[in-house]
Amino acid sequence: MSHPPVIELRDGVVGYHDRPVLHEVSLTVAPGEVLAILGANGSGKSTLVKAVLGLLPLAAGTVALFGTPLARFRQRHRIGYVPQRLGAGSGVPATVTEVVSSGRLARRGLLRPARAADRQAVATAIATVGLADRHADPVTTLSGGQQQRALIARALAAEPELLVLDEPTAGVDAASQVAFAATVRGFVASERSSEASDAAGFAAGGGTVVLVAHELGPLAELVSRAVVLHQGRVVHDGAVPPPAGHHADPGHQHVHPHAPGEPLGLWNGTGRQ
Amino acid sequence: MSIFSLPFMQYALVGALITGLAAPALGTYLVQRRLALIGDGIGHIALTGVAVGLLTANSPVLTATLTAAAGAVAIELVRERGKTSGDVALAILFYGGIAGGVFLVNLSASHTNANLMAYLFGSPLTTTPGDLRVMAVLAGVILAVTVGLRPWLFAICHDEEHARVSGLPVRTLNLLLAVATAVTVTVAMRAVGLLLVSALMVIPVATAQLLASGFRATQRLAMGIGVVVAGAGIWFAGMYDTAPGATIVLLAIAGFALATVASSGWRRLRRSRQGLDEAAAEPPEVVLTR
Repeated sequence: MSHPPVIELRDGVVGYHDRPVLHEVSLTVAPGEVLAILGANGSGKSTLVKAVLGLLPLAAGTVALFGTPLARFRQRHRIGYVPQRLGAGSGVPATVTEVVSSGRLARRGLLRPARAADRQAVATAIATVGLADRHADPVTTLSGGQQQRALIARALAAEPELLVLDEPTAGVDAASQVAFAATVRGFVASERSSEASDAAGFAAGGGTVVLVAHELGPLAELVSRAVVLHQGRVVHDGAVPPPAGHHADPGHQHVHPHAPGEPLGLWNGTGRQ
Repeated sequence: MSIFSLPFMQYALVGALITGLAAPALGTYLVQRRLALIGDGIGHIALTGVAVGLLTANSPVLTATLTAAAGAVAIELVRERGKTSGDVALAILFYGGIAGGVFLVNLSASHTNANLMAYLFGSPLTTTPGDLRVMAVLAGVILAVTVGLRPWLFAICHDEEHARVSGLPVRTLNLLLAVATAVTVTVAMRAVGLLLVSALMVIPVATAQLLASGFRATQRLAMGIGVVVAGAGIWFAGMYDTAPGATIVLLAIAGFALATVASSGWRRLRRSRQGLDEAAAEPPEVVLTR
């Protein structure tokens, strides 16, 4: 039996206030793929993943996750979501462990106390992203790159099969980008753990990754397929296009303050200057 | 401690301690969400409920709880939509609540504004054993929700989008938190009054977050601070005949000031001690603090 696609979006339309941002986009992601969604600011990249995850309503079209229509999809622990950044620094401090533990709730179910396996998964996720020595520190004391790694650990804590990353390397220092690439590589290569036996029949070898990005940087070698969006439409689906072509796109509105001669992957929006 | 041999002082103390424990437990979530003033708004709305109770000779606590809960749910629905006009909608709700309360109380011939003052600024010294039973039950519910559901409520307050992707019942939890906020307001109404409720929900948390590094630690410390300032405030008010609600709040603010000085002094000390080797070991990374 062949596995159902991890993501199957058909003719998805999303609009904000009657202004369509996605025009009938179709996208199928197979198990084990590492898909990069590329495009300029405002091309609809983040909108696309948010619609797939159910954070934005579709005006038309359908989404299925792991073969189940989104509205009936309950196995949320199979998805690990990494947003662009930590919400504008919440008022009350929270430790790395506390933040990462909230990612485990998808597997815990309401009101069930944490078991040893839950605590172990949280500790493993924190160690995977290299923050073991900072686990008791407030997340606001971490650097931007370390905060991003904490969010990835939160996604990994549910032991997901699909990792969805929204601009994970934007504004992140080069060292954290390399560490981040290693984490994703480990996720892609990993066989499903013992947890996968619960979901027998779904287990599909390595993890699947969907990555929204401006530029791939150290992640480029991992990516097996790239989709380029331009003004809400898919204009490329296949091999990773050369970065220069993407930047030469007439609609590209890349206004980050970096010099043209800088090596790819080292720039970041907020970290430099 | 002889003042606590008087029964009414004992009731006042127990009521204040219950409030001091429950209000910061809930307030931790409000501060985390940057909704520190929402308790104040719900207090305004609860005033209409108090007036309805006084007018219809029902228990004001009961009618205030129901009105405040309805108001809190309405606020949550406005917040959920995230519209810019929500700000104005909340203002209308808050001032409608306080105006409705004053209007209704003035309709009743038997009850004067003095009665309203007791609810606006608190009158712990008139707490009865019956009040205490109601407060204890409601506070038990608040603690069960705010402490028992901490991981889930933390998740929705910390990152609502992520919680939704994780499949948590975000809307149900949000409404539960809104209703728990309303219940906290009516519990605290007795001790500090509707106009000062928010202070006891927020100031102990603001103090605790200066000293604690985690969410659970902040919540626990805030509850401890709440109990201490509430108890000390009642004692002080009994000894020196000051307004109890205001005394509790001023003590809480004094504690906050003390903690601010202590934590900044400690941080400076630690920085000067560690500064050199840290600068050498860590590359200059971007720190995304506020």
